[in-house]
Amino acid sequence: MLKDRKLIVVVVEAALEQRLSKDILSQGAKGFTITHANGLGPRNQRAGDLEGGNIRLETVVPEETSMKILELLKTSYFPHYACSAWVSDVQILREDRY
Amino acid sequence: MDILSVAVQNLTSAPVLAFALGLLAAAIKTDLRLPEPIYQVISIYLLLGIGIKGGVALSNAEFQEVGLPILGTLLLGLTVPVLAFFLLKFLKKLSVVDRGALAAHYGSTSLVTFTAAVIFYESVSISVEGYLTTLLAILEIPGIIVGLMLASRGLRREVSWGESFREILTGRSIFLLAGGLVIGFLTKSTGFAGIEFFFVALFPGVLTLFLLELGIVAGRRLKDLKKAGIGIVVFGIAFPLISGTLGVMTGQLTGLGIGGAATLGVLSASASYIAAPAAVRLALPEASPGIYLTASLGITFPFNLTLGIPIMLEISKFLESAGL
Repeated sequence: MLKDRKLIVVVVEAALEQRLSKDILSQGAKGFTITHANGLGPRNQRAGDLEGGNIRLETVVPEETSMKILELLKTSYFPHYACSAWVSDVQILREDRY
Repeated sequence: MDILSVAVQNLTSAPVLAFALGLLAAAIKTDLRLPEPIYQVISIYLLLGIGIKGGVALSNAEFQEVGLPILGTLLLGLTVPVLAFFLLKFLKKLSVVDRGALAAHYGSTSLVTFTAAVIFYESVSISVEGYLTTLLAILEIPGIIVGLMLASRGLRREVSWGESFREILTGRSIFLLAGGLVIGFLTKSTGFAGIEFFFVALFPGVLTLFLLELGIVAGRRLKDLKKAGIGIVVFGIAFPLISGTLGVMTGQLTGLGIGGAATLGVLSASASYIAAPAAVRLALPEASPGIYLTASLGITFPFNLTLGIPIMLEISKFLESAGL
């Protein structure tokens, strides 16, 4: 009964919230969840801005979309911004939602 | 009062001491931080309060009185970043993009420095024209745009101007300042009387709390000083003296009093560390925050807060007495 999907989690500087939301949708995701996050990366080189910290965006998508999203992160986010992302397998019930 | 005692009085004022306490807190690595929501509330309070007070002052001013200073401020907003960009050429290590990012920060302005200056000048009985807030709002934006344009000459790609403009214009600092100006302008002195206690009497105390937090944030930047290099440190201190003097002169030439001209000097000398970093981060990810944030928040902000504010007052007095 359950269907396979990919869960992508992206952690990035809060300044990029709007840009990332738009980009994720344009690659085919149907929705996402954003929470605020704090933490430490391997380079410890966050922008160090006064406000914001990081956001953590989660979205559940088909595998094909997950690849497109990762490709986009690779070209537009990883080179310049403090950004982490990972993918895992999840199962969902309502196929048409994800 | 001579320059030394003015400087000492500024250094021993509660807001500046709270800032120093914040620096100390960062240096000995305490876990002290203002909780994020409180920080947000205080920054909204400061922005809105300053906006409203400026709007009330604007409603009491004649247009002829305000027109020239506004024009002068616009010119400053366009000139200062260009000047910064070209002077930074002497720092050979900096890329064009980093120079543009710094120009954007120094072309824009710091609300807290402005507020501390006004409160300090009034505490030593130097009056400041209330509509200076309008000039603060005007000086926020053009510098950032000019800086981004200069930086874009060093890029091999298109800058997403639409996103940058939206970020600059819809950022809440400019929204609250401009909104406050409108509220103050419409409600006038009569309407303001009802909220005066909240926005005037409590103001220096709230600012003191805010500076404690800024001290902590600035203190954390200090560890990046070495990485940024001595050139940036020199620039962060010398440039405000140049741009500040330009600001004082503009104030005097456009008819501001001693206090008003000194405040315009402080506005011009100060560097942005809220609006500009957000815009620069989006538009110029290649520029290093370790350079522009360290310069504006770690060097120039403490310098202006402690020495820049009394120095601008002295420059203003000197130019006035020299009959300029």
